[in-house]
Amino acid sequence: MPSPDSLVTLAPQRIASEPYYQPTGDEVALFEAAHRHRLPMLLKGPTGCGKTRFVEHMAWRLDRPLVTVACHDDLTASDLVGRYLIVGGQTVWIDGPLAAAVRGGAICYLDEIVEARKDTMVVIHPLADGRRILPIDKRGEVLHAPDDFMLVISYNPGYQSVLKELKQSTRQRFIACEFDYPDAATEAGIVVRESGLTPELAAKLVKFARMTRNLKGNGLDEGASTRLLVHAGQLIAAGLSPAVACRGAIAQAITDDAETLAAVQELSASLF
Amino acid sequence: MGGLSLGEITRRLEAWLEVEFTLQDVSGFARAIATLAADEQDFVLDWVQKLATAHVQLAHLFAGRAPGLLARVDRRLIEAWLVEALDAIDSEGLQAAVAVLRAAERNLAQRQNRAEGVALADLRGILLTVARGFSGRRLQLEASEGETAWTDGETLHLPALMARLPSAADNFALYKALVAMLWAQGRFGTTRALAEDALSGQPFPERALACFNALETLRLEACIARELPGLGRDIRRFRQQGAPLPPAWRGYAERLGDPGASFRDSLELVPEALSGELPPPAHHQCELRPEAVAARIEREKMLLRLRLSELAGTPPELGEAEQARRFELRQREDQSGAAGELELFLGDAPLAPPEDVRQLLASVRFDFGEIPPEYLLAAGPGEYAAQRQREISRDPDQVWQGSYHEEGAILYPEWDVGRGHYRKNWCVMREKEVPPGDPDFIRQTLVKHGALVRRLRRSFESLRHEERLQKRQAHGEQVDLDALVEALSELRGGGEMSELLYARLSRSGRNIAVAFLVDMSGSTKGWVNDAEREALVLMCEALEVLGDRYAIYGFSGMTRKKCELFRIKRFDDAYDEAVKARISGIRPQDYTRMGFALRHLSRLLLDVEARSRLLITLTDGRPEDYNDHYRGEYGIADTRQALIEARRAGIHPFCITIDREGHDYLSRLYGPARFVVLDQVTALPFKVAEIYRRLTI
Repeated sequence: MPSPDSLVTLAPQRIASEPYYQPTGDEVALFEAAHRHRLPMLLKGPTGCGKTRFVEHMAWRLDRPLVTVACHDDLTASDLVGRYLIVGGQTVWIDGPLAAAVRGGAICYLDEIVEARKDTMVVIHPLADGRRILPIDKRGEVLHAPDDFMLVISYNPGYQSVLKELKQSTRQRFIACEFDYPDAATEAGIVVRESGLTPELAAKLVKFARMTRNLKGNGLDEGASTRLLVHAGQLIAAGLSPAVACRGAIAQAITDDAETLAAVQELSASLF
Repeated sequence: MGGLSLGEITRRLEAWLEVEFTLQDVSGFARAIATLAADEQDFVLDWVQKLATAHVQLAHLFAGRAPGLLARVDRRLIEAWLVEALDAIDSEGLQAAVAVLRAAERNLAQRQNRAEGVALADLRGILLTVARGFSGRRLQLEASEGETAWTDGETLHLPALMARLPSAADNFALYKALVAMLWAQGRFGTTRALAEDALSGQPFPERALACFNALETLRLEACIARELPGLGRDIRRFRQQGAPLPPAWRGYAERLGDPGASFRDSLELVPEALSGELPPPAHHQCELRPEAVAARIEREKMLLRLRLSELAGTPPELGEAEQARRFELRQREDQSGAAGELELFLGDAPLAPPEDVRQLLASVRFDFGEIPPEYLLAAGPGEYAAQRQREISRDPDQVWQGSYHEEGAILYPEWDVGRGHYRKNWCVMREKEVPPGDPDFIRQTLVKHGALVRRLRRSFESLRHEERLQKRQAHGEQVDLDALVEALSELRGGGEMSELLYARLSRSGRNIAVAFLVDMSGSTKGWVNDAEREALVLMCEALEVLGDRYAIYGFSGMTRKKCELFRIKRFDDAYDEAVKARISGIRPQDYTRMGFALRHLSRLLLDVEARSRLLITLTDGRPEDYNDHYRGEYGIADTRQALIEARRAGIHPFCITIDREGHDYLSRLYGPARFVVLDQVTALPFKVAEIYRRLTI
């Protein structure tokens, strides 16, 4: 029979230097207050508008280690909490990212939480209310979250699917904060800062992004995100022509539909 | 020279153009066609035949002109406007189709060269997306009746064909430039000038309007060059290709090119510019139509006030003090103090405007730069005939203009094999409920097929692998103790330790949505209908065991205007008494028009979240319809096309058909889907469930 388990923990990582983040509202104050009062946070917003970067920035600011989990449709509760492995004929318990974050008093960021399997909610709920506990059934252990631990989840309300909606019982445990693409000047500033592009070209990229956002629901599921603009900006700054950069970094990334693709290219051709 | 003899051409034309009845002489047409090259003959004759299926007169019109057209224009363009004419005849009748052909002809007559033209019909999707990208408004796009481009601020009217420039690329660029110019009219204030002009009571005289237009074109060019430099370059090129501007106009261009210039500068220049010669319009110059803008603005004003009166809760018929109907807009300030969104107030109560009201407000603000107070007065007693405005305002996407408009119906296209094109908005489809039938039928069926039901349940239960523990896996969330014990003893015995030591819960594997489409045509009367109903009962019993999501619809139709889909069970409905009563209430109706039903169910299936989607049809033979050319090849081709569409959308179609004679058309009809032919009606109940089990195993 296997001998009693030893414990392996992956230490959450601390962020060494300040990740660039341009606040667009009160999100920093809100996050700090939530952390101080041991409340979990829910970040809503379209893809690529800066949610992940914001969490990284806050982890740095609060000087907490950060554990990020990109949720996918096969992610189970065990993937988050941990499992036994067999090493040389012995069973060894290995903490999952959530348990590791709780033990280490880290910030645990579950990105796109609605993608995960439903049983993950079972482990999230007791952590997200006043109890702040993580029961580990298989070890008969209950972890009590230290004050520094914080749970952050994100989701994109833009997805229309009914299966990808966050239940009230889940969302009503969180301090919620909505993210959107920043206003044109701020967004251009971000593109300049992140890609090294000239302000003039960055402003054009932003204008292009607005045009694609006009098309949301009109051929596009989502317009071009700030992240894509940064990508395009990097390509242009590296010497590619704006037309090629916009096609590769933006148009092809947001749609496969030939006609919409052609129209998006025409929009970028109009601008450059 | 030509491939066909004069006699053969004459014979064909006489047959297609129904000379027997019309007594028109086709010998002239035939002689002209006979001089064409063989492939040109094929092209012309092919289209004459296609057009004749729609209307003889249309075919006649084309046959007479085709040889002359072929000499001047490329075939792709001719094809594009013939398709447009066919769409017109489907939606608005012969007159509209003839008008399309005539307009195209006038358009082409001006050109002797063989321009590489482009057709709006081919570029519509791209241009519309570009226009919406520019503006963010739900602009519409329509073919204008002539050569001109104009807009009322809501719909962009563009020429149906563009062949002003020699190359296709330039003609496309010109289309794009026209879209940008029309967008710029709204964005940079020309529309506002037109609205003010039309509402002033003293509209521009014609020449003054033309002058204002020429000036505004210069101003908008400069605006576009600043906002959209890429397009600006194209427009500059078009300008350079045209006649040079008179010297005085070069000065105007400079003044209007200033970033601070507005439509008021153009207005100021009009009197002076009128004294001289107007420059000839550039390629990209649009037309200004103040009356159309005014009509649209008036329509929106009425609509807004009506919607506001609904929001206020006072029906327009009931008189009330003006005070109670006056809305107010206030700028909401967000925390940073910046100007935020507008908020609507009635008295002191804030109201959340619904999306359509929000859009109307945005549109009005776009036209006037603000919301004039009279727009915010909810419509009072008897001010507008409310219903009439409603009708005007209905979304043109939804409404099929013209005589066949029908309330509450969904329109589906149909594949016309003769034309090789879809007939747009051809089938008028309605969902109906099946009237409940005898509930005892279900009980009787279950008794009659008792043994079969038990067998099906058992075999379906085995399919239902819910969360199941899979043992001996390389990865998993728990240790498989049995495997581990075994592996350790192997190891002790000097063997190699297996790596398959974990157990994991498998996902519930089935994520299937299935729609059953049941033939309710008259030919199913009797045995077939009974068998269909019994098959559905057994299927439901089995599906309830499985937990797959399923829907059942019946279809029937009589002509394209009465395509009926009978709702028996929607995806969301539980298998309850009402559904059971509807299953027993399925009765034969009219004919077998199938394409629309397949298209509608495909759409419903795509709305359901599922990994696999199945569309299973139960029919008793070939599609046909009453006194309509849906019989024969046409119906087969349309059904086939609908199956191809479903397949392309990621749906798995499967056809079960009862056909004792095993006709050879079946493989052509159901080719795109998988299908099975049953020759025994009585086998249907068992077979359907069995087939479903095998399909989803």
